[in-house]
Amino acid sequence: MENFEILNALILLANFVIVPAISYGSQLAIAALGITIVYAVLRFSNFAHGDLMSFGTMTAILFTWLFQSLGITGGVLPTALIALPFAIVVTALLCLLIDKSVYRFYRKQKSHAVVFMIVSVGVMFILNATVRFIIGPNDRTFFDGEKFLIRALDFKASTGLEEGLTIKSTQLITVIVAIITMLLLFYFLQKTKMGKAMRAYSNNEDLALLSGINPDRVVMITWIIVGALATIAGVLYGLDKSFKPFTYFQLLLPMFAAAIVGGIGNPIGAVVGGYIIAFSEIMLTYAYKKFFIYLLPEHLEPSGLTQFLSTDYKFAISFIILVIVLIIRPTGVFRGKTI
Amino acid sequence: MIEKYRAPLAFLVMALLLIIVGFGQSWSVALGIINLCIISAIMALGVNLQWGYAGLFNAGVMGFTALGGLTAVLISHQPIYEAWSSAGSGILLSGFILISSVLGIYFVHKKIEKILLKRILIISIIGITLFGLNIFYGPSISIIESINPAKTGFLGGLGLPIIVSWLVAAFVAGFVAWIIGKITLGLRSDYLAIATLGISEIVIAVLKHEDWLSRGVKNVTGLDRPVPYEIELQETTWFIDLIASINASKLQAVQILSDRQDILNKLVIDGSSIFVKLCYAGLFILVLLIIYFLSHLALQSPWGRMLRAIRDNEDAASAMGKNIVSKHLQVFVIGSAIIGIAGAMLTTLDGQFTPGSYQPLRFTFIIWVMVIVGGSGNNLGSIFGGFFIWFMWIEAEPLSIAFISLLTNGLDYNSPVRMHLIASAPHLRLFIMGSILLLALRFMPQGVIPEKVSKE
Repeated sequence: MENFEILNALILLANFVIVPAISYGSQLAIAALGITIVYAVLRFSNFAHGDLMSFGTMTAILFTWLFQSLGITGGVLPTALIALPFAIVVTALLCLLIDKSVYRFYRKQKSHAVVFMIVSVGVMFILNATVRFIIGPNDRTFFDGEKFLIRALDFKASTGLEEGLTIKSTQLITVIVAIITMLLLFYFLQKTKMGKAMRAYSNNEDLALLSGINPDRVVMITWIIVGALATIAGVLYGLDKSFKPFTYFQLLLPMFAAAIVGGIGNPIGAVVGGYIIAFSEIMLTYAYKKFFIYLLPEHLEPSGLTQFLSTDYKFAISFIILVIVLIIRPTGVFRGKTI
Repeated sequence: MIEKYRAPLAFLVMALLLIIVGFGQSWSVALGIINLCIISAIMALGVNLQWGYAGLFNAGVMGFTALGGLTAVLISHQPIYEAWSSAGSGILLSGFILISSVLGIYFVHKKIEKILLKRILIISIIGITLFGLNIFYGPSISIIESINPAKTGFLGGLGLPIIVSWLVAAFVAGFVAWIIGKITLGLRSDYLAIATLGISEIVIAVLKHEDWLSRGVKNVTGLDRPVPYEIELQETTWFIDLIASINASKLQAVQILSDRQDILNKLVIDGSSIFVKLCYAGLFILVLLIIYFLSHLALQSPWGRMLRAIRDNEDAASAMGKNIVSKHLQVFVIGSAIIGIAGAMLTTLDGQFTPGSYQPLRFTFIIWVMVIVGGSGNNLGSIFGGFFIWFMWIEAEPLSIAFISLLTNGLDYNSPVRMHLIASAPHLRLFIMGSILLLALRFMPQGVIPEKVSKE
């Protein structure tokens, strides 16, 4: 009997904390990777990244609708996964277009990083307007296919435990896609010639130019990667929750927090930072009352919700972690600045 | 030669635009735009102080504006005595616990040398604080929020005239800015941007969810006004006489007495709304002039010149013995205080406090567009930017709807494409703002009225 209590408590924790945090963390990690790569190679904080994600997601939704109307679906998998590569192409092209028409000018002028940041605010406005113009500011769900991998009721029936474990298929998809994306990215950065060129360029621009690295190509590849990462992160987040342009703008804070906490400019740091932010956000806003009821003897059971912070303040958590890291270790967990 | 006339010319164009609105739409609309233009100009002055003088990127303008708005509520609203007597002590005690724990952590952080002991002490202080808050804070807020929730359900304010809050807002916003600045100003410049972006989201979250403080999303309406109410004006004799004497010739032309009375009534109603807006405009212009004058003096003073020296070359200024971080902190606090004043004025003008209406695009990034387009580092430029960009923000919506209607003229009236485009047209104003910002940065990086570099 005693053991079941502990098992129940663990399942409860897994259901409400661990599984959601892993999937949210993966989404944040991919998003923070985009921010960190822009920072490492192009050397500015890209305020437009949230809206780039929402543009990518919007494109994926439009392709999803197109495929659905043509009768193509993913079966048990969401159709959005088929739409994803097409959306990546469109978003990457958009990134290249923006770079050619906007950022290139300031790069040639060797403008200060703050100027780039303000320019990215302008780009943010335009992307935001475009998304709202095309698809509207409202909430949209574009998920189809099989919704659950494990249902709470089935889980309870098969294990005989009191607590159920639910795993949504989007959570598994998020984790799998995120792992594939990260492996591909790290393989690219570490093993391929272009990836090495990018790292060299990010480490020391002048030295890279002297070694015959073509800066335009590096920048081009960077934007393609950033477009792809933004689209993947956005689609995964949108599949798991829902798509709303303003939410994507608000993700900017946790994304930047993840990148900075890990060490901005460092891809591994961005991944670790994503999970740190996601886990702390969910762990600190979860009400542990039931968890303690399982574990503690009756007279010690808590009367309140035993929640550190109300869920309304989840932004505050990424901010507080950011501030703590900035005070204790300004360079982030992994020393940042180069890839 | 042309440089000299840039500022007067810019303001002339602005005045013309407002006059066109006055004749084209109505004077009431034009005055409404002008009032918000003035508030925007004050915010732009605050941001200009931070960005134009010192090169600090504050992405949290919205937060300081909202703090100003909260101050307006807390100063002017009547206190809810019932709430204070039943739960005020609990709230005060919670505040005391919070402040003493922050001081305690600060003390431990500074004085205790041993790392392990330090960490244990800090963690135990946090634990005790959470425990204490759990006992006092939670029950108190539920008591407060249960007292007449439909009408009040919060602690209320001090019941002072709302104008007082304009000054107090400066201190509140300045204090918060001081805390943020203390943490982030020593670090790289873009961290300040991220940190301020974060703090502004948190301020809004607190205002939305701490009902005992600000009524949250239930909003506080019917705030005190520094100017007379329209209804009262319409019943005062001197005001009716004033309107009658202004429109004497028009009234004389009407023969029938009852018609004349009707026309007078209508004129009085219109006039009262314009009169109230004029009163606000007078107050706001006064504040704008004071802040402009002070900023101008500050820019000319050794302090202002030193700030610009720091902005243009930190290393050189540092070598001259200037403490860059502390100067940045000063200017960051002052700039945020000005934004706080503007926030309190905005809430005063609205007569209500609605935490849900604070949007970062509207309250942070538009202000940035104003400063950049107007001319970073030039106070007149910021005022012009505030006027021009606010004007565009307001007028962009009807313009884009008109534009889309023209574009879709050939389409069938009920075609889905046309319906969608018309419905989405208001979002185009963000597009217009982004384009203005990008075009200004590209082709007029100095802004409409560039910074004057005095060579003496």
